[in-house]
Amino acid sequence: MTTLTIRAQPQAPLEAEVITPDNFTGRSAAEIAALPAMHGNERVSLGDFFEIDGDGSTGITLNGDLSKVKKIGASMTLGSIQVHGDAGMHLGAAMRGGEINVFGNAGDWAGAEMTGGKIHVRGNAGHGLGGAYRGSRYGMNRGLIAVEGSAGNEVGAAMRRGLIVVKQNAGDFAGAFMVAGTIIICGKLGIRAGAGLLRGTIVALQPAELLPTYRYDCTCHPGFLSLLFKELRNQGVSAPDEYGSGRFRRYSGDFNRMGKGEILVYDQR
Amino acid sequence: MWAGRVIITAVNRKWAREAANKMTGFATSIIACGCEAGIEGDLAETPDGRPGASVLVFAYSKDLLARHLVDRIGQCVLTCPTTACFSGLSATEQVAVGSQLRFFGDTFQVSKVIGGKRYWRIPVMEGEFLVEEKFGVQRAVGGGNLLILGSDSGVTLQAAELAVEAMRRVPGVILPFPGGMVRSGSKVGSRYKFLRASTNDAFCPSLRGLVPTALPEGVNSVMEIVMDGLEVQPIEQATRLGIHAACIPGIRRISAGNYGGNLGKFKIYLHKVLGKAVLP
Repeated sequence: MTTLTIRAQPQAPLEAEVITPDNFTGRSAAEIAALPAMHGNERVSLGDFFEIDGDGSTGITLNGDLSKVKKIGASMTLGSIQVHGDAGMHLGAAMRGGEINVFGNAGDWAGAEMTGGKIHVRGNAGHGLGGAYRGSRYGMNRGLIAVEGSAGNEVGAAMRRGLIVVKQNAGDFAGAFMVAGTIIICGKLGIRAGAGLLRGTIVALQPAELLPTYRYDCTCHPGFLSLLFKELRNQGVSAPDEYGSGRFRRYSGDFNRMGKGEILVYDQR
Repeated sequence: MWAGRVIITAVNRKWAREAANKMTGFATSIIACGCEAGIEGDLAETPDGRPGASVLVFAYSKDLLARHLVDRIGQCVLTCPTTACFSGLSATEQVAVGSQLRFFGDTFQVSKVIGGKRYWRIPVMEGEFLVEEKFGVQRAVGGGNLLILGSDSGVTLQAAELAVEAMRRVPGVILPFPGGMVRSGSKVGSRYKFLRASTNDAFCPSLRGLVPTALPEGVNSVMEIVMDGLEVQPIEQATRLGIHAACIPGIRRISAGNYGGNLGKFKIYLHKVLGKAVLP
């Protein structure tokens, strides 16, 4: 296990995409301390900001307020990262494998364009969770993101595959321009969810205000949800049993596009 | 021989069993039915947490098995109210099932990848049919059999019923014939050139005076129990349990058809099986 404890708060954002198990594996603490990062427009070393203690294994623990440290675990392919504190923007962006656990909040663009692996945030997440960067065609493409708290706007925007679960509220435009995949919002769903959605599923466990370009189909028991909730429990994410076999109001949309997606709203009657 | 295990779930046990019964219909003999199938048992734990039943299907080749799985699931499970269908084998060899059945959705089908497996959601009039895309298949053992020779038809049937009851407790084994037994065991070939199999005259009591008989004195009825298994060990275990259960007064002999030792690569010697320890 390699442990990094922040000892000096960056004045400007610290871009530290080198903090991945891929880069740390097999390196000594001194070698890890010498890895480069960008502090604003200035080139620095990780050792300038972190106390590093490590054995070069595939597990990394980060301690302290890292809300100004960007790109932790970006593009990682293996191993695990534990963040004991808040994590900055682009956490696990474009990651391909491995696991990130944040015992605090995560900034904007967590898991953006990831293609595999798992991110579990115990606090809140910012905007663009699992989404697509401006100009990109697809957002998240495989993998799992679970947020125990709330998330900002554009959760899973243009996502292609994978599963996002937000245990509390989500901001506006959740699943906007989604291509496929599944988003579950346990709390309040913001406005304009699924705008421009092509395919894919948004599950809302609370009453939701939907766009007029969605049409009511039926009230049903979608069988796949029990598998989905079971898989979440297997992944260490608590999921209430009653929803897996519950009744949902199914809406098709977005009819501004193909209309082959769906929003499932839990029927509380 | 290749085999696949199909897990059928439904809103309650009645409908899971209904689908399983339909799916295993007309699947007694691979010679005439194309595949052999049977219900392995009810399941306490299923992928979607609902009541379920496990079905084993056997066919000569992987391709034939795939075809029969698609046909039988498509006609007997997809059509049955509230059911969903999953692969029960996590074998490395897989065949396409859900990815074939999805076309019934006429472009309105939707797939979901959950836990690394793809499932197809096919819209149907009743709601939605959920089926796993690929089913695990494996090489298996077919044609295990027991012959129960009794003094009259009543006692022979009773012994066979007791044997079937004991043998059905073994996981990984099915008895594909009606009630687990077959009264019309066959031999390979026929005096008719167009027929591949015909009555096993050597074991027919009514032909004792007409053909070289295999029946000992005092035997007036014979019942056969045919078994298919995922492995040879469960078949040996079922054979052992069946022999013990069938040994009641009036049973004169218990034997097995070995067809000159040419039926397949597995040879199960009854005396050796009786000496083996009970499997857990």
